Amino acid sequence: MNWSPTSMPPDNEAIAEQVFVALADPTRRSILAALATGGPATATDLAGGLPISRQAIAKHLAVLAQAGLLTAEPGERRRVRYRLRSAPMQVAQQFLAALARDWDGSLDALKSHLER
Amino acid sequence: MGFPDRIERTVEIAHPPGTVWTALTTAEGLGAWFGNEATIDLRPGGSARMTWTGGHTADLRIERVDEPMVFGFTWQIYGLPEDDPRRTYVEFTLEPAGGGTRLTVVETGFAQLPEDAYRKAYDGNTDGWAKELGELVAYLDAA
Repeated sequence: MNWSPTSMPPDNEAIAEQVFVALADPTRRSILAALATGGPATATDLAGGLPISRQAIAKHLAVLAQAGLLTAEPGERRRVRYRLRSAPMQVAQQFLAALARDWDGSLDALKSHLER
Repeated sequence: MGFPDRIERTVEIAHPPGTVWTALTTAEGLGAWFGNEATIDLRPGGSARMTWTGGHTADLRIERVDEPMVFGFTWQIYGLPEDDPRRTYVEFTLEPAGGGTRLTVVETGFAQLPEDAYRKAYDGNTDGWAKELGELVAYLDAA
């Protein structure tokens, strides 16, 4: 999906959904985890650390880049390096924060604090 | 329902608003039910800090103090980087109900968009890191 700066603002729901779809696949989780822990890497670097073919890695990288979770940048010896893009993760985190906010538990604690 | 922006809960508490107000707006009260420890400077613009055993802390900025009816603050969205400008707004409303209090909490702002301002901050931050790392490298090279 593409949004131009002058069009509708990016839809949080769509961004979060792409993150959750990306994270639902174990290979894509491994790729994202490798980039998060080790920094930018080429497809060859990534294939070296994962038990799948370079072709399969390339397919997953394309999906992740399409979803805005990676940016491609020129690396050494004209190889493309992939860098994690954290902005969509932060949108997904907003979604999770709303689900994780436990007001029920806090208000129960307040009630029992006052009414014990 | 789409991306959740607003959380709302209401509870009936068998104590008058004054008692509930104290539990919501004093360090002793907040430390007893909300966090494990709290500090608070109770005035609009004042700050409060909640600390939980385990090390998690939350910094609150007090926005509304209408004793004993409305207490509002903003705080960071859990999980976002510390320099992210997005904050949710939490407002407690206390209404007398019988001899007790009807307490409503509303938290809004989970779905706020990464606006241009945010994008600038984000890019600025990326540039900032590149600059800081560059300075570090220069410092190490000089040593």
